[in-house]
Amino acid sequence: MVIPRKKRVIPDGLWIKCEACNGLIYRKAMVERSYVCPVCDYHFRIPARERIRITLDEGSFQELWPNMEPTDPLNFKDRISYSERVRMEQERTGLKDAVLVGTGAIHSRKIVFGVTDSNFIMGSMGSVVGEKISRAATTAQEMKVPVVIISGSGGGARMHEGMFSLMQMAKTSAAISRLKEAGGVFISVLTDPTMGGVMASYASLGDIILAEPGALIGFAGPRVIEQTIKKTLPEGFQTSEFLLEHGFLDMIVSRQDMRRELARLIDFMVGPPSGLPINIETTPTITTLGEEISEKNKNGIMED
Amino acid sequence: MEVQDNNSILQVAQRGLSNAGVIAPVTEVPSGEVPVNSLSPYDIVKLARHPLRPLTSDYVTLMLDDFIELHGDRLFGDDRSTITGFARIENRRFMLIGQQKGKNTKERLLCNFGMSNPEGYRKALQKMKLAERLGLPVVTLIDTPGANPDIGAEERGQAYAIAENILQMLRLTTPIVSIVIGEGGSGGALGIGVCDKFSIMEYAYCSVISPEGCAAILWKDAENAPEAASALKLTAKDLLEQGLVEEIIPEPKGGAHLNPPKSASTLKTFILKYLEELSTIPKDHLLSLRNSRYMKIGCYKEENFNGE
Repeated sequence: MVIPRKKRVIPDGLWIKCEACNGLIYRKAMVERSYVCPVCDYHFRIPARERIRITLDEGSFQELWPNMEPTDPLNFKDRISYSERVRMEQERTGLKDAVLVGTGAIHSRKIVFGVTDSNFIMGSMGSVVGEKISRAATTAQEMKVPVVIISGSGGGARMHEGMFSLMQMAKTSAAISRLKEAGGVFISVLTDPTMGGVMASYASLGDIILAEPGALIGFAGPRVIEQTIKKTLPEGFQTSEFLLEHGFLDMIVSRQDMRRELARLIDFMVGPPSGLPINIETTPTITTLGEEISEKNKNGIMED
Repeated sequence: MEVQDNNSILQVAQRGLSNAGVIAPVTEVPSGEVPVNSLSPYDIVKLARHPLRPLTSDYVTLMLDDFIELHGDRLFGDDRSTITGFARIENRRFMLIGQQKGKNTKERLLCNFGMSNPEGYRKALQKMKLAERLGLPVVTLIDTPGANPDIGAEERGQAYAIAENILQMLRLTTPIVSIVIGEGGSGGALGIGVCDKFSIMEYAYCSVISPEGCAAILWKDAENAPEAASALKLTAKDLLEQGLVEEIIPEPKGGAHLNPPKSASTLKTFILKYLEELSTIPKDHLLSLRNSRYMKIGCYKEENFNGE
């Protein structure tokens, strides 16, 4: 699968053109498949609210700290001021910042849930993202439930808040560290794209680390690397599959399987919820050697 | 080099800057202190990168009474961009971790210009763990443009190595002092920069992204680096105003490169002071202070807060 290295937004219209395979997809079919291309298994980037809808039990999400907003501690101005940029992004996305955090359930298993939205200043981590992720971990610790954070943060640490952003790496890590020391469980899910300061802090500190297929994941951005080494990067570099091969992921999980796999993992890590019948499919799964993961998913989807 | 009056100091400083490729502002100084304000933030960035600026290796020879260099991360290799070893000043023993850019072309290539690979961060962590077992404090000297952005670094988990260091430094039971002696480049700096006392030298800088990188993204042109350097608020003075550093460690007039021995002796005084202060704090308290210091950092507004 060739992944286009450009900004991918779900277009409007009855038909959607897949940017990976150029196939035309009927919008309704796409929505039913949680924005995964039925032809090539390309996982579109999706907004945070959509992520909540497809991941958590219907109506279970209770947002925490919905009023937290960024300030402009540096009085930062590039071509436009940071305050102006934030206001524009807020209007465009309906979000206060690049993160939503709350309590929720997956197949009735209670969790604290966080998601970063790559559409809001590239999902970058400033003070609000750092604070909310940290509070999510602390709340999970208090509630004694797992915390699941789905990251889509191509921007890493947010430039516009300068060193305050960089320090959010230490802050979120401190919160995760405390959670783990108190016996808590953190599942980190990496989606397209997760880079830089987000990847170099809480996102890679999961007890379990999952990724969606074909996501761009890494520390340095591909363009920066290309400029440094003055060479074109090999195909598939910094993808989920690349990370799995190099030992940095536990599993690659297709978007449609994510709910079930998270529930299964939670049952293994903290035990199934008491008094609840086993309500998810629990067949042993093992990677067939030599089988391409993306191919497997592709075949599974191609049957209709 | 001894400099007498302020005009000649400024000239020397400017000569330094022009060596570093900076066209420094030409200002007449009537009397008093060197006008730091006449240096733009980008001038300070250039000073921090000055080819003659003292490096970790200089501070080892000028400042320490003894040093045994220890190599290797026990996993993959020995990253020369990170110098680690047992250090002693007077009767204070500690583990020194310092980023190293190299003094000449050959060294710079070996040190990868101070841009560490994952094995550099893992080497630092392995030595910090040793220090912890021995009850020795850790002193880190930060001087990196950033963590190495290349294929091998990604293959070996650059992001994971930095994150693991951050986490483990938050848990390390012995005191940690971190001082930015030159460039404090982003995650590459934080990878050895989580600590109990964080200070910065006068003409050093610390930033979430390089001014050139920031300019390339936000101005679409790296030529706008001077504007980006101003916007990022990355100088020692800015960091002090942001409450992120303990204090500014003064440099000899015109910059550390003009008088490395004096620079080393000042740095030594501050390190000894920090180690003394931290030595009296009980272990549990030290860790909770360190953690809560980071948990407090951030600027946001939150109206109608309903509690948790």
